Amino acid sequence: MSTQIPKQTEESTETEAETQPASKGEERRAEKRRRAAERREQRQEEEAEKAAADESTVELKVFRYDPQVEGKQEPRFDTFHVPFTKGMTVLDALMYARDTYDSSLTFRHSCRQAVCGSDAMFVNGGQKLACKTQISDLEEPVRVEPLPHAEVTKDLVVDMEHFYEQMEAVEPYFQTDEYPDGELEEQRQDRANREKIKMSTRCIWCGACMSSCNIAAGDNEYLGPAAINKAYRFAMDEREGEEMKQKRLEIIEQEHGVWRCQTQFSCTEVCPKDIPLTEHIQELKREAVKNNLKFW
Amino acid sequence: MYEHDVVVVGAGGAGLRAAIAAQEAGADVAMVSKLHPVRSHTGAAEGGINAALRDADSWQDHAYDTMKGSDYLGDAPAVEALCQESPEEVIRLEHWGMPFSREDDGRVSQRPFGGLSFPRTTYAGAETGHQMLHTMYEQVVKRGITVYDEWHVMDLAVTDEDDPAERTCHGVVAYDIQSGEISGFRAENGVILATGGMGQVFDHTTNAVANTGDGVAMAYRAGVPMEDMEFIQFHPTTLPSTGVLISEGVRGEGGILYNSEGERFMFEHGYANNDGELASRDVVSRAELTEVNEGRGIEDEYVHLDMRHLGEERILDRLENILHLAEDFEGADGLTEPMPVKPGQHYAMGGIETNEFGETVIDGLYAAGECACASVHGANRLGGNALPELIVFGKRAGRHAAGEEMGEAEIETGRSGDWQPADYEFGVEVGETGGSGTAAADGGAVVTDAESVLGGAVDRAQERVDELLSRKGRNHAEIRSAVQETMTGNVNVFREEGRLEETLGDLREAREAYKDVAVSDPSRTFNTDLIHTIETRNILDLAEALTMGALAREEFRGAHWRKEHQERKDQDWLKHTLISWNDGEPELWYKPVVLEGENKTYEPKSRSY
Ligand SMILES: Cc1cc2nc3c(=O)[nH]c(=O)nc-3n(C[C@H](O)[C@H](O)[C@H](O)COP(=O)(O)OP(=O)(O)OC[C@H]3O[C@@H](n4cnc5c(N)ncnc54)[C@H](O)[C@@H]3O)c2cc1C
Ligand code: SF4
Ligand code: FES
Repeated sequence: MSTQIPKQTEESTETEAETQPASKGEERRAEKRRRAAERREQRQEEEAEKAAADESTVELKVFRYDPQVEGKQEPRFDTFHVPFTKGMTVLDALMYARDTYDSSLTFRHSCRQAVCGSDAMFVNGGQKLACKTQISDLEEPVRVEPLPHAEVTKDLVVDMEHFYEQMEAVEPYFQTDEYPDGELEEQRQDRANREKIKMSTRCIWCGACMSSCNIAAGDNEYLGPAAINKAYRFAMDEREGEEMKQKRLEIIEQEHGVWRCQTQFSCTEVCPKDIPLTEHIQELKREAVKNNLKFW
Repeated sequence: MYEHDVVVVGAGGAGLRAAIAAQEAGADVAMVSKLHPVRSHTGAAEGGINAALRDADSWQDHAYDTMKGSDYLGDAPAVEALCQESPEEVIRLEHWGMPFSREDDGRVSQRPFGGLSFPRTTYAGAETGHQMLHTMYEQVVKRGITVYDEWHVMDLAVTDEDDPAERTCHGVVAYDIQSGEISGFRAENGVILATGGMGQVFDHTTNAVANTGDGVAMAYRAGVPMEDMEFIQFHPTTLPSTGVLISEGVRGEGGILYNSEGERFMFEHGYANNDGELASRDVVSRAELTEVNEGRGIEDEYVHLDMRHLGEERILDRLENILHLAEDFEGADGLTEPMPVKPGQHYAMGGIETNEFGETVIDGLYAAGECACASVHGANRLGGNALPELIVFGKRAGRHAAGEEMGEAEIETGRSGDWQPADYEFGVEVGETGGSGTAAADGGAVVTDAESVLGGAVDRAQERVDELLSRKGRNHAEIRSAVQETMTGNVNVFREEGRLEETLGDLREAREAYKDVAVSDPSRTFNTDLIHTIETRNILDLAEALTMGALAREEFRGAHWRKEHQERKDQDWLKHTLISWNDGEPELWYKPVVLEGENKTYEPKSRSY
């Protein structure tokens, strides 16, 4: 395990000797030097502040693994000390550690605003989106691991293939035969119905729910909360019509569908988009029962 | 090697729409994307999609607003295509199940947006982009379109005739992030670039970390000019600490901007006496920074955006997502306090030069979406006009690439027609520093057969990766942040000659430094160090072109403000900036804007709000 401590960054010092600026170009260069010096001073001040308040660094313990690189084939934890700034998220801290200490530190991320779903991780023992998790809300040291119950590709990156397969197993696309006449005519949907499906449409495919689910861990074929939620999104959308709803219910009633869920609520607890997953699953179970009664 | 009829690079809104269109037109399509499709930054769009759907509205009004917003640097054939086709494309999304917000009568909701004469911004809460992206990806799944996700496209396979207009694109070279394999993707009919924005050129941006302008840089180095790169939109309401966007929808619904003295400065200081907060984005961004510069900012940095008076019910109904963003990324509760906001880089109006079908000057190479410049947005994009651009021009490029007959284009590409060279002397040397990167062809025989072109491109990419992985050198991160710092410091909302020149010098230094760049992670598995290093090269090329365009354009138009040149100069500057790579030596030239539409000519008027 390696422990890195922030280095004081030394700016390369330019010659400060001021010659009389003669040309426009020189004037500009002088101005540039002046501003570089200002920036330098500011940075040194900041560094000094940091040093003075040493408790304002965060200690991260980050899971490391690389199947190819010698010394990383055995999983280990690396420790990074990152200077804390107000509003810092786990993602910010990881990016700082990567860009400052170890450029091989690997994790997915893109939007930085909880919408691309790339950076679900296991932070202090819970599934979290790194970009949405404030360091100040966490106990130190902050332990960052890849999502459990998924195969680790490298460091914090897991293989999402299985998750995607389950998502795509529920015919996750809108289907109806009842389009209104006229190319420019939209289907009508009342506000209540749109409200009903609203939460279910917020899923960002982060995989946190699936990773938290005991059932999914034990039954690899279980559709899992996110895929069932996707099915819910369409089954409850009145624009698809009754017939499609029938078909939707059949899909989620399959052997590895809704009936596997044991209502443990772990998925609902971890979902970064606050989707009431367990409720949705329960509602689908009720709908399925109602539906089956119809045919008795 | 992989083979398809059409290869779409990028799987955001533009790429997805292009792939669907090409497939519907009968082509075998594949998408190659460095992110899984649902991770694309289209998902971050909040406010909505402009479309003239209602009887009281018309595409002509939409076109007029767009032209005015563009400060008369949009090309009419592209602008009119956008406005004519957006309604059917939006309804198509609805037919694909997109969960739009609804009115009492069950129709899709529309709201007012800045610079629009009619409330035509069609939305799904404050998460329109997320819903649009997922809806289109669902259609891609439904159609079984092949997606190579987490493949980073490194280069285009283009023939090397002297004149770019004679070159042909035969495919792309991509790096499989998962395995480290490099492979060629042969495109029988065409390659469509849909790689999105370039916000990472700046350090305070609403764009994602993956928005590094790769497609623009690749096309540029292959010989396609970059158009109007100096026009960057700075969005007036981003959160100060992260750059996360607070949608214009907040102001559309009635949100108010205040300075530290509690003044509603858009009116009280006369920045936009009619439209106030809903003036065009460039106007509001400059107003905010002027307030801050004159000492009326809060913490000398930002202003306040207040939506409390809208009431909890309305906020929850239409802007709920904003509450989450302000809370999670700034610790502000939009229901009980004003939200801090400041301008941040948001959108690139410029990009890969295309005509109204998405065709570039290189045969078989197309571009659509934010990476392209048709040009719809000219000098300033109106809010809500990018999402329709994705679906309208994505569709057009997809069909055209699949071989559908679409008629003669009115917008010319490349150096044809009335182009003119620039006579601007840059004080600093620009372009390739020699020694690394994509050197010019060796002057041997011109290679034109697809196999060899692709094979050669694959070999060069492989060499480059091997070299980056094996040598010792400096890390790209410091170079990238140096670029971002100088761009945000000097090529921002306010621009002046000396500081623009200073930036060209800084970029020169960064290019020099980049010659020694190396990747320290030796792994072939998910090597993000390598990917970021390759992206940084793109950021450098884009930053330079952007700054060159900004220096040479000695006027104030749309988002491009120049201290020394405080007015729009239609006499000299009703023209597009183009920059060609020319094997490492950037060349600046111009072509006239096309103001003649289908039935009318758009006369430049003064742009007041
Ligand atoms: C926060 C925010 C809010 C916005 N809100 C609105 C709004 O309300 N209304 C509106 O009209 N516009 C809005 N915009 C603008 C609009 O969302 C974007 O311009 C648009 O979504 C860009 O879409 P795109 O398909 O061109 O690119 P993206 O969605 O960014 O997709 C780019 C794709 O290219 C791929 N890619 C990139 N480089 C490579 C490479 N080298 N190899 C392989 N693949 C690559 C990526 O993986 C990705 O799939 C907003 C923008 C932002 C940032
Ligand atoms: S349901 Fe929630 S936790 Fe599960 S993938 Fe979707 S957003 Fe993530
Ligand atoms: S980085 Fe996109 S969800 Fe966290």
